[in-house]
Amino acid sequence: MSTTLSYDRLSEEEKHSQFMERIESGEKIEADDWMPKDYRMTLIKLISMHGISEIMGALPEKEWVPKAPSLRRKLGIMAKVQDEMGHGQLLLRVAEDLMKPMGKTREEIMQDLFRGDLKFHNVFHMPAPTWGDAGLIGWLVDGAAIITQTNMLKASYGPYARALKRICAEEVFHAQHGEAIIMALAEGTEEQRALIQDAIDRWWESLLMFFGPASATTTGTSKQDTTIKYRIRTKTNEELRQAFLDKYIPRVLSLGLTIPDETLHYDKEKQQWVYQQPDWNEFKNIVRNNGPKSKDRLDLRITAYENNAWVREALSPDGAVV
Amino acid sequence: MKSAQEAQADPKYKTAVTELLYQLADDDFIIAFRGSEWLGLAPHIEEDVAFSSINQDTMGHAAIYYQLLEALGEGDADALAHDREAGQRKNAILLEEVNGPGHYLKKPLYDWAFAVVRHYFYAQAKKVRIESLKNSSYQPLADAAVKINMELYYHLLHWKTWFTQLVTAKGEAPERMKNAIDKVCEDMEGVLTLGPKGANMAALGLIEEEKLLTQRWHNEMEKVFEPLPISLPPVQAKRGNGREGVHTEDLNSALATLGEVYKQDPVASW
Repeated sequence: MSTTLSYDRLSEEEKHSQFMERIESGEKIEADDWMPKDYRMTLIKLISMHGISEIMGALPEKEWVPKAPSLRRKLGIMAKVQDEMGHGQLLLRVAEDLMKPMGKTREEIMQDLFRGDLKFHNVFHMPAPTWGDAGLIGWLVDGAAIITQTNMLKASYGPYARALKRICAEEVFHAQHGEAIIMALAEGTEEQRALIQDAIDRWWESLLMFFGPASATTTGTSKQDTTIKYRIRTKTNEELRQAFLDKYIPRVLSLGLTIPDETLHYDKEKQQWVYQQPDWNEFKNIVRNNGPKSKDRLDLRITAYENNAWVREALSPDGAVV
Repeated sequence: MKSAQEAQADPKYKTAVTELLYQLADDDFIIAFRGSEWLGLAPHIEEDVAFSSINQDTMGHAAIYYQLLEALGEGDADALAHDREAGQRKNAILLEEVNGPGHYLKKPLYDWAFAVVRHYFYAQAKKVRIESLKNSSYQPLADAAVKINMELYYHLLHWKTWFTQLVTAKGEAPERMKNAIDKVCEDMEGVLTLGPKGANMAALGLIEEEKLLTQRWHNEMEKVFEPLPISLPPVQAKRGNGREGVHTEDLNSALATLGEVYKQDPVASW
């Protein structure tokens, strides 16, 4: 009790410096702890975008769940997409706790999504027209997600770090699921091999964009400086992109597939990959819900939301017969 | 019968067990498919997680049955699931019906009341059947029933909770549920029947008699309906008997979707 009272007497600045000391010494911040406003706002934005991306990310694969070409693949992709939904739910719970002191709920998150104020990840605005895309999403999109998420496993915010621990463990299975689809196609007929090459050609630029711009100068905004300062993440966007290229370029090439970038090479001196920059203006355009499938996927969620309004009414506390 | 080899040596027994397995497999396969179309469209995210888990379990049950058929010499399990024409399918008509107007990728105006009633009534019928199958004379099927029963417990609990909650809620829910109950009951007999070969199945100890199983389903339903302000209408098979290969256009379109990739190259490894 006395520590609470004395803590309350601290000035905002003193609280802030104590907070920084805590996170710099590796301590975790919990939902009810004092935190700077911009820390809270950064987390809300990051985690609600992450959560909603998991949910919107189920939609490109949704197309392939009923169509998966064998019982084993049907079971695999059903389990995978269920996990993604589960991640979305877990993350929204974390975001809800952070929003609580502001009097906001999940309803606001959904409304922000529908209005276009809450963005979802660039990759989930893209079409997935073949079974090759279903494999590629698991293999490379989840592969990229593992790299960005493991970067935040030691995040200073405890609830997020713990959620990520579970999410990363499941994402490893997803990447293996995707890789298994890709390997079967790679060892299959000419037509099957063509499905993967087409998918790589289609997704390459989106995969580079996945990690975000190298710096704020590219697109005008970037949250990476704030998230690094607050120990939410450790590596920069470019470091993550390089880690992805290190891991996956040899794997893509070893399957006899090509990468649609003639300029791509490894600079031994700088120890990094040199690649054709994706069109960052297009990136901005895509995440503003002007991507090829943005409207369709948002429509799908809005339709479901409106169509099920009567169920929410029935479940609301004043909806049940007393 | 302890094994597929023994069953295959007795043509009469093999015919009966094969017929039963096709019904069980096709029922679970098609309802899991319909359930999977709901992905991302359920009333809330928690339900999306739960429902997709149920669909995944149910698809797993279908896979178990198709594998038992494969062991009986009926052909590759994937081909049985993906490459049989509608006329060869033995699922109940109720389970092939579309989830509502629209397409699973475009303007799906799916009916949650229909989903809840169909899944609940089906889960209860499946529970009665699985309890009987635990004592099946065909040991591989009895073993499968024990395994399936563990997951089915949660499915039934899930749908029963939804059912009673929506039937007793305020607002539009009770009316919507009543309509869905009427609609489901029009075809529910098709789920409860074991088809024209049902008597043989019972005589060979594969499963108990249809009449007995149907009565047990009604008994369970009565317990649930008793405190509710509505009653269960008579169950019918208005659109025919799926066990005899009678189906609707909904099954054709489902088969086209679920077999789309498989049929691009049925001999390829996917």
